[in-house]
Amino acid sequence: MDFGFSISRPRAIDLDKNDLSISRNALKKMPEFQACIGCGGCTATCTAGNLTQFNFRKVHTLVRRGDYQNAYDEMNKCMLCGKCRLVCPRGINTRGVAMMIKRLLSEY
Amino acid sequence: MKRNSWQEYQKEIADDNYYYVRSCIRQNFFPGSEKAFLDIMRNDVGKNVIEEATHTSCTGIGYHSDIVPMETIMTVVARQFALMTEAGFENFTSSCITSFGIYTEMLETWNEFPETEERTREYLYKATGREFKKPKNLAHTSDVMFKHREAIAAKMKKPLINVFTGKPLRVVEHIGCHYAKLFPKKGVGGSEFPYVLAGMIESWGGEVVDYPERRHCCGFGFRNYIVQANRGFSVANSHKKLESMKPYKPDFIVTNCPGCSMFLDKWQYTIAEMEGNTYGQDGRGIPVLTYEEMAGLVLGYDPWQLGMQMHQVDVEPLLDKMGVVYDPAAKYLGPNGKFIGNPELASVNLNCTPTPTMRTL
Repeated sequence: MDFGFSISRPRAIDLDKNDLSISRNALKKMPEFQACIGCGGCTATCTAGNLTQFNFRKVHTLVRRGDYQNAYDEMNKCMLCGKCRLVCPRGINTRGVAMMIKRLLSEY
Repeated sequence: MKRNSWQEYQKEIADDNYYYVRSCIRQNFFPGSEKAFLDIMRNDVGKNVIEEATHTSCTGIGYHSDIVPMETIMTVVARQFALMTEAGFENFTSSCITSFGIYTEMLETWNEFPETEERTREYLYKATGREFKKPKNLAHTSDVMFKHREAIAAKMKKPLINVFTGKPLRVVEHIGCHYAKLFPKKGVGGSEFPYVLAGMIESWGGEVVDYPERRHCCGFGFRNYIVQANRGFSVANSHKKLESMKPYKPDFIVTNCPGCSMFLDKWQYTIAEMEGNTYGQDGRGIPVLTYEEMAGLVLGYDPWQLGMQMHQVDVEPLLDKMGVVYDPAAKYLGPNGKFIGNPELASVNLNCTPTPTMRTL
């Protein structure tokens, strides 16, 4: 029956249903990734983020939670300049993380 | 020293002499509930409750939809208080959760900004020549019923027990957001531990179901449903709650808000028609009751006199579980025995045994 509207899908991330295999694989390859405190320094200093809506903190958080939709296309905006690595207070190789996410998601 | 924290979550509810104001939408969707409240309070509990035909809507729906300005709604609220003052009452009780939120908000605003109270008094006097005293006690009708729950329990004829298994019925209680989320101190149990409906359920023999989305909004949200294109947001909220409560196999849902009763009931129909999903046992919907209907059933009132034929989700499976005796043929007969019309069969009730008056597919 058409009521003239549909049921909006929630944007909540369901960790019980999401496929976390890529996320686990990423953590295995780069355990330092776990040290992220989500401060957003990487996004604040991002060259690509200055010109586009690219938000590295958001993308890697979604990937960690198993929400890979649109993440690959989004990561293509990264220019791999490495500025984020210079400001990360936890000393995470964020450039390496960006590369790794792209590589893992290309197989997804 | 040990703090007695629960005391901080109690609210003062007057014991007798209530000035009663109705909801503007409940009489359409749950038409027997308000009469049931008056009957129970007057005849079963023996309290003095007055209602007058002169009172109006609180205009809360217009206020929350940005149609009615604050000065206007304050004057409307002041007029209701003036009617109470003229009737010689001091305890104000409202049937609607939105209205309860509105009355509380206006009293709090007058308290914080006394100049708005002075202005409202002036507007009211110029418009109607009336003056008012602020109520000594403001309570929602579910508060009043909560206060007298043990008196009702003493006269109980059908406790909330499954007659087939002998176990307590599993009840989902849902509190309207404007009851205690706006002003947490004004609700029994505050916004963190609302006890107003849970207290009734426990006193009358039922078991309260705790589930993850228990405190989630039903999705009524005035702006969400008034515009048709936005209703997807509204139904998504009920959908989330229903999905969350389904594994706990509740026997029925009880709410204290007109909007929550309406949407938790009617969205089940919508979801069943759109997606084919139902949330009750045996493929049916979960019956949704108002607390007055629950009290009425417990006290042995006739379900059709309580207006339960107006529910979207059929209540017969619940009545059978409670052992309520009812006449299926009388379901769609009005007070004078006149046929009032009946709905077509819907997916949400498909597994229900059709009553003789129901149309066949």
